[in-house]
Amino acid sequence: MILDGKIPAGPLEEKWTHYRSTVPLVAPNNKRRIDIIVVGTGLAGASAAASLGELGYNVKAFTFHDSPRRAHSIAAQGGINAAKNYRNDGDSVYRLFYDTIKGGDYRAREGNVYRLAEVSADIIDQAVAQGVPFAREYGGLLENRSFGGVQVSRTFYARGQTGQQLLLGAYQALSRQVSLGAVELYNRHEMLDVVVVDGKARGIIARNLLTGKLERHAAHCVVLATGGYGNVFYLSTNAMMCNVSAAWRAVRRGALMANPCFTQIHPTCIPQSGDYQSKLTLMSESLRNDGRVWVPKKQEDAKAIREGRKTALDIAEDDRDYFLERRYPAFGNLVPRDVASRAAKIACDEGLGVAPTGLAVFMDFSAAIQRYGQSKAHNAGMHDADKAAITELGEKVVEEKYGNLFEMYEKITGENPYKMPMKIYPAVHYTMGGLWVDYNLETNIPGLFAIGECNFSDHGANRLGASALMQGLADGYFVLPYTIGAFLSNEIRTPKFDPAREEFAKAEADTQTRINTLLGIKGNQSVESFHRRLGHIMWTYCGMARTAEGLNQARTMLRELRDEFYKDVFVPGANEEYNPELEKALRVADFLEQGELMILDALNRNESCGGHFREEYQDEGGEAKRDDQNYRYVAAWEYTGWENEPVLHKEQLEFENVELKTRSYK
Amino acid sequence: MKLTLKIWRQGGKYKGELVTYQLNDVNPHMSFLEMLDVLNEELIAKKESPVAFEHDCREGICGTCSMVINGYPHGPQAKTTTCQLHMRHFKDGDTIVIEPFRARAFPVVRDLVVDRGAFDRIIQAGGYISVNTGQAQDANSTPIEKDLSAHAFDAAECIGCGACVAACPNASAMLFVSAKVSHLALLPQGKPEAARRVQNMVKQMDAEGFGMCSNVTACEAECPKGISVTNIARLNREFISSEFGSETQV
Repeated sequence: MILDGKIPAGPLEEKWTHYRSTVPLVAPNNKRRIDIIVVGTGLAGASAAASLGELGYNVKAFTFHDSPRRAHSIAAQGGINAAKNYRNDGDSVYRLFYDTIKGGDYRAREGNVYRLAEVSADIIDQAVAQGVPFAREYGGLLENRSFGGVQVSRTFYARGQTGQQLLLGAYQALSRQVSLGAVELYNRHEMLDVVVVDGKARGIIARNLLTGKLERHAAHCVVLATGGYGNVFYLSTNAMMCNVSAAWRAVRRGALMANPCFTQIHPTCIPQSGDYQSKLTLMSESLRNDGRVWVPKKQEDAKAIREGRKTALDIAEDDRDYFLERRYPAFGNLVPRDVASRAAKIACDEGLGVAPTGLAVFMDFSAAIQRYGQSKAHNAGMHDADKAAITELGEKVVEEKYGNLFEMYEKITGENPYKMPMKIYPAVHYTMGGLWVDYNLETNIPGLFAIGECNFSDHGANRLGASALMQGLADGYFVLPYTIGAFLSNEIRTPKFDPAREEFAKAEADTQTRINTLLGIKGNQSVESFHRRLGHIMWTYCGMARTAEGLNQARTMLRELRDEFYKDVFVPGANEEYNPELEKALRVADFLEQGELMILDALNRNESCGGHFREEYQDEGGEAKRDDQNYRYVAAWEYTGWENEPVLHKEQLEFENVELKTRSYK
Repeated sequence: MKLTLKIWRQGGKYKGELVTYQLNDVNPHMSFLEMLDVLNEELIAKKESPVAFEHDCREGICGTCSMVINGYPHGPQAKTTTCQLHMRHFKDGDTIVIEPFRARAFPVVRDLVVDRGAFDRIIQAGGYISVNTGQAQDANSTPIEKDLSAHAFDAAECIGCGACVAACPNASAMLFVSAKVSHLALLPQGKPEAARRVQNMVKQMDAEGFGMCSNVTACEAECPKGISVTNIARLNREFISSEFGSETQV
């Protein structure tokens, strides 16, 4: 199989403009005859469904939630990047493109990323027009802040809940199309298979989660906007229901999974506190604008803190190691996520961790509080303000910036982060890997598109902060509505598909068999217990640091776990009812297979790049050692069944506009 | 901690009743939902049907969790969703009563799960600004006063959980509806269709069977995001002023 990324020819900055001007269009009268299925209603799915509805297509939108507004995009905190250069600080489309390519450790396509940077500014315009209340300055214009891995302020934000506000904007646009009859919304429906007719994606099998009934839905094409697979690790910052199943079902029907081992470990999450824990909570990267990350220099201090004999406040300034500022003076606390996470892990491995588990570092706001307090006091003409007054003023500024995050931290940990530094530790947050797509966002199955976190396309081996929202909305609002025309313009004479066809009947029967198998095992262990064990294997061997030896071991363990799952899992209840345990069992079954593919991909990639760190490949300073000679490609895997080895297809990455360098943030 | 739980079970073999469960080893650092996870694992181990409850993000933003704990939607802690409530706020030996959100417009699906589709239909009736993708002007072409934007934001923080309805003795949805009406009416972008919006949303709210507002303000007290009843006053003002004048321009 030859993978053609279909990147348009011509100079980088003209590719998308030229493409848009020449891509075949579907006339309005023909759009009315074409049906599109969109699965998932997060930022990518809701914005795509709304935009396609506006264009005149008949859209069916599916979500397994009770409402499209629940999608996990809602939980994104920090912000959204856009090359607006409103700050006059040297930003440009090229710079956003360059930062993203470099941040991704040169494992993304130039053409896709440049397009992303180009449309980024339109997203902000669109969101503001929808009523998204971005942060503003006193002059009434939009405010910005900085995120990791960049030296300009291009991040637009809405307090600590940018994802919520952007998703509500997209949800409202979608709701408008529902009211106009352009989009038919299927709440509480989970896609369990994709239906391929004569080599093209023409529909899905969905389970109505209230009744358990399997439904067949046909269309001219199918768009997957079903998010990432971070929950393969069990503990992650993803919502509990995030899963790989829709994407994995596409893989089982022939779609390729690209770079599955590229997962993002976010450095600033609230550390795990016990075995009962069900998920981890992120503390936004924006906090690293003002939070200084440190551990004690001395192991005995760290030990005393772990045992509760000392607190952070007992450690003198000279005895603290601000390790990010020390190791990466140019970017300091705002290094990219993969770099910050690894540095925290190294500190904890050296016995300097500060939580009882040994797995936490401090993020300290006292310097920022003093700095803001002094500025406020100066501004108010209080020249003899004492420290208490300055602290009070400074805390107010910090509260205005990050209040809801501080509140969330206090609720979960019971500690006041204004007074005591936060304890943080890396956790799984995002998956850069995903379904392989070309420039049209189309998978190798014609008519099957993948957008948002669900595809692999834009972030390479590491995603920069505030770029997930950008990509989800870029795909949904401004890219897919054009590129889908390349496929659909050849389908205007294709009649509607009858869901009674044998391909649909077969896919439904296959789905029913899977469900019956799981319900029929009637073993003794819960779905949850298997998920937990799977997550433990993945985190230990395929997490922040990986070795060939560990990965091989993990593969064996995972295979044994899957065998045990199919012998001893217990799924209570029946299919024809509301049954969350059955939903979970179907998802975990897919995670077990996809987890193995991640391990194989990590084994294959004999280099360290971005979020993928193989311990064998590092320099003396512990920095990642990339191998551009041998691994400058996208690894796209063809699944050939549990009994066979998956087949690797390579798409070489060509860099014509940026020079490949060792990524340095020093 | 040892706890006694009295949980509303409805569906399957349960017609609708409070069922009592004992938990003997609850860690005070657990979240409330993790405590229910532990209960469900025990039930599954005994081959019994687990308690159905909805949840997703578990960080207080998706608005999925929906239960009444000891008579309070989302439990006794102010400005806290159920998923953000931790067991350290309960005492060893406590009895905790857990029920679903109750309202005619929120039919029970199973156990603690209710159907809040009415909220979606209210938004579909007009809770948006009519702008197609690509129609927008430059984002900075309309300055918006910082305070005004902040007020709109305060209203926009609603997570659509429905605690306001569950808290209200009339099961009114006024806080939810008014939050969206306020968010959009305050912003210049939302002004052109403000009158039409409030009319259509209120009409849909009534059609869904929510009760009337009688200014009890329990909604504000129970709202996990602290949405203010000032929004209800604003909705009333928007609604009354939209009654004047005619839809046809003269």
